[in-house]
Amino acid sequence: MSGTTQKREIPGTRVFDGDLAQKGYALNKMCFSFNSAENREAFSADEKAYCTKYGLNKEQSEAIRTRNVLGLLAAGGNVYYLAKFAGILGLDVQDLGAAQTGMTKEAFKAMLVAAGK
Amino acid sequence: MAKIVGGITTSHVPAIGRAIAGSQQDDPYWKPFFDGFPPVHDWLQKVKPDVAVVIYNDHGLNFFLDKMPTFAVGAAPEYQNADEGWGIPTLPPYKGDPALSWHIINELVGKEFDLTTCQEMLVDHAFSLPLKLLWPNEERCPVRTVPVCINTVQYPLPSAKRCYKMGKALGEAIASWDDELRVVIIGTGGLSHQLDGERAGFVNKDFDLAFMESLINDPEWATQYSNEEIVEKTGTQGVELLMWLATRAALPGAVRKVHANYHIPISNTAAGLMVMEPIG
Repeated sequence: MSGTTQKREIPGTRVFDGDLAQKGYALNKMCFSFNSAENREAFSADEKAYCTKYGLNKEQSEAIRTRNVLGLLAAGGNVYYLAKFAGILGLDVQDLGAAQTGMTKEAFKAMLVAAGK
Repeated sequence: MAKIVGGITTSHVPAIGRAIAGSQQDDPYWKPFFDGFPPVHDWLQKVKPDVAVVIYNDHGLNFFLDKMPTFAVGAAPEYQNADEGWGIPTLPPYKGDPALSWHIINELVGKEFDLTTCQEMLVDHAFSLPLKLLWPNEERCPVRTVPVCINTVQYPLPSAKRCYKMGKALGEAIASWDDELRVVIIGTGGLSHQLDGERAGFVNKDFDLAFMESLINDPEWATQYSNEEIVEKTGTQGVELLMWLATRAALPGAVRKVHANYHIPISNTAAGLMVMEPIG
């Protein structure tokens, strides 16, 4: 693969470049399908079968199964598509933020409020 | 000739849709955000646009990674909003202006911007919510629309410098349209925020305020930065300030600030709002 564009080290940050776009294609395609309510229901009815249908690899399926946000990103997930998966779980972006930073949701929200002072 | 009456730039977080659907505008959490808009409504009453050219980024509703255009321009008679995965009520369709769309397409391609043209296009919250914020009481958006979509999903993204040039060419295209239309440019996204990674929740008030000021006093200021530098300073999704930059570039000559609002946080985002008007 030769899709890497990121030249700059930014702590806790990875831009979604060609390498990740290739790596995460199946995972993101599955999440893109969640725009449809019917597909969301099909996923919820049988998650494993739905992941298999979209050809997720082991790393991706495992990250979906364990709701591991950082794992999903490492497996090539793009946050715009992953947000649709989060929607199925009833999670908002602050839940995702808390999960990725290891904070409680309350602490994560308080951090944002403090940043505005 | 068409006249560009000004530009409006605003954030576009999906949670705004939930807040509108739940009538939470006066909740203490939301009030500082929604209170920014009445002066914009007054301004719109005064300038009376016929058409809104909306510069925004798609979040995986119309475009997927199978085909990811850098710049895409809508050329449809109507644009539909649709479910983005969260089941938030969708907003009514938006009228297009295909004649103006094709004029813009012809002019931009003529100036070497290699566009994707879309005769069918779903428009997501980045397009629909700002229009709802600007015209909250109308059942349907009262102006015709031209969507201009900039890729901020998959790198490489167009640079700040390129987006500025595209915005400038877009403004020139609109101003050369042989029809007495009044056009407002709307740029949606930003300001600083980061949804993904261990740095999730990052915002940068100092940079945002400097950027907003630069649009008035030194509009090309942000073009000095690479997109990675913008991400470093504003977060992974803060790069949506490209939409603000293109909007400012579309306005002819010097501008004055009609109105501005800035509030942290809504959802994970530093919410910005600006109205700019050409001085000439």
